[in-house]
Amino acid sequence: MSLFRKPSREPLWRDEFSVFSNDEKYVSRRQFSKFLVLTSLAMFVGNLWILVRSWFSRKPLYPVTAIARANEVPVGGVRLFQYPTPQEQCILLRTGANEYVAYSQKCTHLSCSVFYSAASDRLECPCHNGAFSVRDGSPLQGPPRRPLPRIVVERKGDVLLATGIKLEA
Amino acid sequence: MDRQTSPSAKRSVTAIDGAMALIVILLIVQIWLVSATLETYLAGHYETVLPGAVLSGTIFLVCFGLYLFIERLDAEFRKP
Repeated sequence: MSLFRKPSREPLWRDEFSVFSNDEKYVSRRQFSKFLVLTSLAMFVGNLWILVRSWFSRKPLYPVTAIARANEVPVGGVRLFQYPTPQEQCILLRTGANEYVAYSQKCTHLSCSVFYSAASDRLECPCHNGAFSVRDGSPLQGPPRRPLPRIVVERKGDVLLATGIKLEA
Repeated sequence: MDRQTSPSAKRSVTAIDGAMALIVILLIVQIWLVSATLETYLAGHYETVLPGAVLSGTIFLVCFGLYLFIERLDAEFRKP
């Protein structure tokens, strides 16, 4: 092992820190690429997180709640109720002797409350003149583009039960 | 001719720049993909979540492949 530095034409600092400018560029590019790839990995992990969350919340368990007695609502009549939580207003319509449909009362445009218009036989939003079909909740007019969430209604004897929510029309 | 200014070194630098540009483009697409998947998930549409994750994983693998390519070029260039 030599204890003394060999004579060299290069200055001392260049011998001690033999850094080429292009090598520096290479290192910084490589590090930047590594940073980009790690960011890509983070995005992928984010997508996986969404996937795992969706697996656990794919089928939300809705409560079974009695919302009305069948004879309480006349044909063509409506009844308001709250489902699945007391804060969420819904509207039940009796469209025939044995036909009941229910929707969330929240407009899918800007969340105003929709009401049933017997004259036009549709659900209307007073805020921006949006309208939804009574048959399937699909948007008919105005700014809403998504259908109203449909409440699944089942009849058990004389009682009407809300058992779930369907987001699609 | 200096090792850093030789034609092969210039070609390596060009290739590395190209690979980096491709990674940046893929990353922009991936960021959009994550935000779009999150938005549809929060809107209650779960059917887009799995394809989103698969596509995101594919983009990550391509980015990783490009990174390995950069590493290999860099290692070749640094050979004494």
